[in-house]
Amino acid sequence: MLALRWLLGKDLRILRRSPVLSTLLILYPAVVAVLIGLALSRSPGLPRVAFLNEIPPSSAVISLGKTQINITSYESHLFKALKLVPVKTRAQALDDVRDGTTLAALIIPATLPKRLATGDETAFIRVVYNGSAINESLVQSAIESKLGQANALLAAQLEKVAGSYIDLLLSGGKLHFLGETFNVLGLRASERLVDKVVAQLPANSPFYPRLAAVASFAKIAVNNLGTSKAVIGAVAAPVVARNEFVNGRRTPLDFYAVAVAVTVSLMFVCLLLASGMLALEREENTFGRLARGLVRPGALLAEKALLAATCAALVGFAMLAGISIFVTLDWTRAGLWLLAIVGGSAAFATLGVTLGGLVRDVRAASLVALLVSFPLVFLALVPAGAVAPGLYDVIRVLSAVFPFKPAFEALNAAVNHSSPSVWVAIGHLAVLVAGFGVLARLSLRR
Amino acid sequence: MAAATLRALSLGKRFGERVALREVSFELAGGEILAVIGPNGAGKTTLLSLLAGAMAPSDGSVSSPAGERIGWVPQQTAVYSKLSVLENLRLFARLERVADPQAAVETMLEQTGLRERADEQLGRLSGGNRQRVNIAVGLLADPAVALLDEPSASLDPRQRERLWRFIGARAQAGTGIVFTTHDIAEAERYADRVLVLADGELLYAGSLDGLREGRGADLEAAFVEFLRERGH
Repeated sequence: MLALRWLLGKDLRILRRSPVLSTLLILYPAVVAVLIGLALSRSPGLPRVAFLNEIPPSSAVISLGKTQINITSYESHLFKALKLVPVKTRAQALDDVRDGTTLAALIIPATLPKRLATGDETAFIRVVYNGSAINESLVQSAIESKLGQANALLAAQLEKVAGSYIDLLLSGGKLHFLGETFNVLGLRASERLVDKVVAQLPANSPFYPRLAAVASFAKIAVNNLGTSKAVIGAVAAPVVARNEFVNGRRTPLDFYAVAVAVTVSLMFVCLLLASGMLALEREENTFGRLARGLVRPGALLAEKALLAATCAALVGFAMLAGISIFVTLDWTRAGLWLLAIVGGSAAFATLGVTLGGLVRDVRAASLVALLVSFPLVFLALVPAGAVAPGLYDVIRVLSAVFPFKPAFEALNAAVNHSSPSVWVAIGHLAVLVAGFGVLARLSLRR
Repeated sequence: MAAATLRALSLGKRFGERVALREVSFELAGGEILAVIGPNGAGKTTLLSLLAGAMAPSDGSVSSPAGERIGWVPQQTAVYSKLSVLENLRLFARLERVADPQAAVETMLEQTGLRERADEQLGRLSGGNRQRVNIAVGLLADPAVALLDEPSASLDPRQRERLWRFIGARAQAGTGIVFTTHDIAEAERYADRVLVLADGELLYAGSLDGLREGRGADLEAAFVEFLRERGH
């Protein structure tokens, strides 16, 4: 027991004398845990969606017979499910989706009232996504459930109007049209009148079979039109959501998973190999021998980064080729796959040599690489608009200075045509390569 | 005396607030064997690292005739444990830009007696044999000056004898040798001259006889007495 206490005291003293390591061990997991915790627990619940109502105020009310329906009163049902960010133009809505400010854009077209009033064509609202299956899943279910509620209310109104017309056709009554009032006989009264006339006709009258056919039709019409009111109520979905994508293509969830899997593989191969191989030079004491003029520090870093990036690129490309056996990938874009893989690998490898320069033995380098990468991968996959805006800004900055997100975006764009484009992501990765390159060079001075 | 092949001028090194070495100046002639002795923490390894260019000095400078190579054998073996003896020698011969790497490797295998172990991985060799490879790598490029940091520390007496024979032959061929040691007898046996360092300060440069003068015949006792006189 005494020995245990002494050992514990010794270890605590060692930790106290390693302030940087101790601070990192405590502070880093704490900061990351807080961010992840906030991301999981403090989600606003309502996905942020750009909202554009193109209906002019003068057209917001539609007339169906005697009934007037104000379309804008149904918007509020959609508002309950989403955090709407009002925009003024369609271009602004698309920009918000493209740059990740909002998860999607909801556009109510100016033609909606007319389509609802005439019923000639399906009335719809536009929902524009950035192509990410994750983002889409967050918004789609919310929109569809609330649209269903709005539709139910609207359908009840339409059913009432349509039902009154059917009642008029069935039972007769007064029809007001263009300022005039007409008396409508109604199918039931027509049936009774025809039946009476048929009953009074001699059996051999030439009119008998013709009027009998009319009476039979009236009977069928009365019976079937009576049930049609229920049918109108059952099938009514006056407004449908029409999904569109800013880059014209949706990334299905399995394709999204392909990009995530390959990027994670690139990251691990690069970080572990680059940091480990550089740390090995220190562990074997050969770093000092090399650094005294045999190899320039920059060349040493470049060699380690090149080795790691090449291995990772081969692994990444082989993974895509293997996956393409099971999932249909567009091989005409193989050049872009390679570009994205090389860009991502270069950035991960440069980060790897930075870590390898800071840490002096291979095991510690591997641990640090894992410690750094795991939480940041999780944070990078938090969709825009899925957490509170302030928190997302913090996550966005963290994700921007770590290569996972741009590497994933490059690969996702190369494989799935998603936005931002491969070139934007490659530009981002190039900046990270330069930044980490400088840090790696400084780390060798330790 | 032959012309200087290595010159240290007011060499100093600080690590933060701590001064590891201050104002060390000396010259080394071609073919001369110079021992650097001193208690632990005296700055011996720091001095050799500065001379080798593995560390940048905080003050002063090191100079050697243009084009002359300086070989360095660090205290801890600095070779790749996953590579064989031959692969290590070949790699460093190439990195040192030796004119004929294959010939240099063959010579070194011969001189260090490692030919039979040439294909063995370093990690599987004994500490003594790894140190022989470490020394071989340091001397591969046939340098004008060889800096050896406690070269015999992990060697048995037979290997030590072999090492000194090898170093002696190098010195006879004109190579200037600087080595550090805790073994005063070793310094007396093989060095032409000694530098005595303590707490980063150069206390003495000259022959061991000069150090012994007036302090009795036992060199080790005379050395301790000398340090005590100087307040160390």
